[in-house]
Amino acid sequence: MIRTIITKELRTLFASPLAWVILAFLQVILAWIFLTRMNFFLTIQGQLAHMPNPPGLTEFVVVPMFGIASIVLMMSVPLLTMRLIAEERRNKTMTMLLSAPVSMTQIVLGKFLATAIFLALVGALITLMALSLLMGGKLDYGLLVANLLGLLLLTGSFAAVGLFVSCLTTHPVVAAIGALAAFLALWLVNIAASDPGSPLHLFSLLKHFEGFVNGAVAVTDLIYFVLLTAVFLVLSIRRLDADRLRA
Amino acid sequence: MTTTASSESTVSARALSRSYGSNRAVREVSLELKRGEVLGLLGPNGAGKTTTMQMLTGNLAPSGGEVDICGIDLIERPTQAKSRIGYLPEVPPLYRELKVDEYLRLAGRLHKVKASALTEAVQRARNRCGLSDMGGRLIGSLSKGYQQRVGIAQAIIHEPDVIILDEPTVGLDPNQIREIRTLIKDLGRDHSLILSTHILPEVEAVCDRVQILHRGEVVFNDTIAGLKAFRGGQTLQLGLRNPPSPEDIGRVAGGASVDALNANLFRVHPRAGTDPTDNLVRASVERGWGLFQLQPAQASLEEVFVQLTHREEEVSA
Repeated sequence: MIRTIITKELRTLFASPLAWVILAFLQVILAWIFLTRMNFFLTIQGQLAHMPNPPGLTEFVVVPMFGIASIVLMMSVPLLTMRLIAEERRNKTMTMLLSAPVSMTQIVLGKFLATAIFLALVGALITLMALSLLMGGKLDYGLLVANLLGLLLLTGSFAAVGLFVSCLTTHPVVAAIGALAAFLALWLVNIAASDPGSPLHLFSLLKHFEGFVNGAVAVTDLIYFVLLTAVFLVLSIRRLDADRLRA
Repeated sequence: MTTTASSESTVSARALSRSYGSNRAVREVSLELKRGEVLGLLGPNGAGKTTTMQMLTGNLAPSGGEVDICGIDLIERPTQAKSRIGYLPEVPPLYRELKVDEYLRLAGRLHKVKASALTEAVQRARNRCGLSDMGGRLIGSLSKGYQQRVGIAQAIIHEPDVIILDEPTVGLDPNQIREIRTLIKDLGRDHSLILSTHILPEVEAVCDRVQILHRGEVVFNDTIAGLKAFRGGQTLQLGLRNPPSPEDIGRVAGGASVDALNANLFRVHPRAGTDPTDNLVRASVERGWGLFQLQPAQASLEEVFVQLTHREEEVSA
């Protein structure tokens, strides 16, 4: 049953121009970053050769690409998640899902997984671009995998938070703005804390994502993202259930 | 599907209530439906029809009361009960960006139609709703009438025991209304059907039984024959070229109250149990009133409501 909902979400997503615009936009930006970083690497390659432990192609080209992708996705995931519940409510199509023999958990998980699959596709495209470097050089696979894993976990939690915000309203635009505000708050919450030992750092997406960017995957960072995603999925289910009770 | 004695009754709702804050939208509504029966839920806007239907389909949790669908408790076992229901809400839940066939396949899969039977189910639902040539069309590009049919097709694709249609003919042109009514009658033969509307003739055209809701309460619950008896023969419309005073007419009609509609037209409300037609004709001939019209006026829906709610107040007073 979850598979039916995933298929439906992906089909309606790709039936609208939104998915294609996001994919194209992301690809253009990343290709541009890819080329400029490549160029930069080639110009300073001679100097790097004299260093004892020089940064390689992966550090120079792949890592910035994932960094930019995380920021662009932070801004585009709200556009994907705003549709999930708010638009269904607005178009009155939510009734079809609620009247069908499907549980609220299945609806929420189906919608989340569909978004996650789309984001994994984005991750795959970036990885393919990185792998194209193999034609003329070597890659640090550990660093590449850490970055990919980090991006997937990060965007997965974006999807869960965005889905929850979408459950709160019937206006897709409000859902998008609300989700973006939530992401920015989570991303930058550590700026508010000047003390490096402040507990606010524990909540910052950026802090937890940094580990993956540097290739140092810590269990705490993994747990943070998984927990964040799970909490907001549960909240979404509860919120939709409450809707049926209160309406 | 087992057919035991208890599953003979397909929908059984007892004392359903629903409040929105302090506003009690539906109060103690009970209804029973048997297989092959068409029930009309009638009422003015805001009477609680849609709320009742949302509770019957599990879209809204009732504040009080119980719903059984084919003997399955809707609140305890929602997924089993929901698979027996097909629901067309007031606004058809259509994904405009899908094609008719894609959409119906989705509806079938959501309602657990087996993959092997899906194509056939889509075909059957399409044919039934007059959408045979529309399979490849985008839903967003269809006219309102066709969209309504897609909505109905979506509700019947899994051959549910109970079909619930919320105002299925609103906004359609007269031809489309007739076609949809024919379809509803057709569906009523082998499914249980609940239909809401605020058009009285519609109920008389397609339903076996009728329940009238007013301010969230059932004020009338009878067969169509009962409703017709209630509506008809209640008042007489009388047209006279040389009319006497309304009081005179009332006296002749055995103490009926008479409203003058204009100088020549009168509405006569006879006392309960009397039929003054004969007396009025005789008096008109004898006294030269110039009778040109005498017909039993069928009460309009508004008058039925006025009478029903009036009667309620008398009873409670």
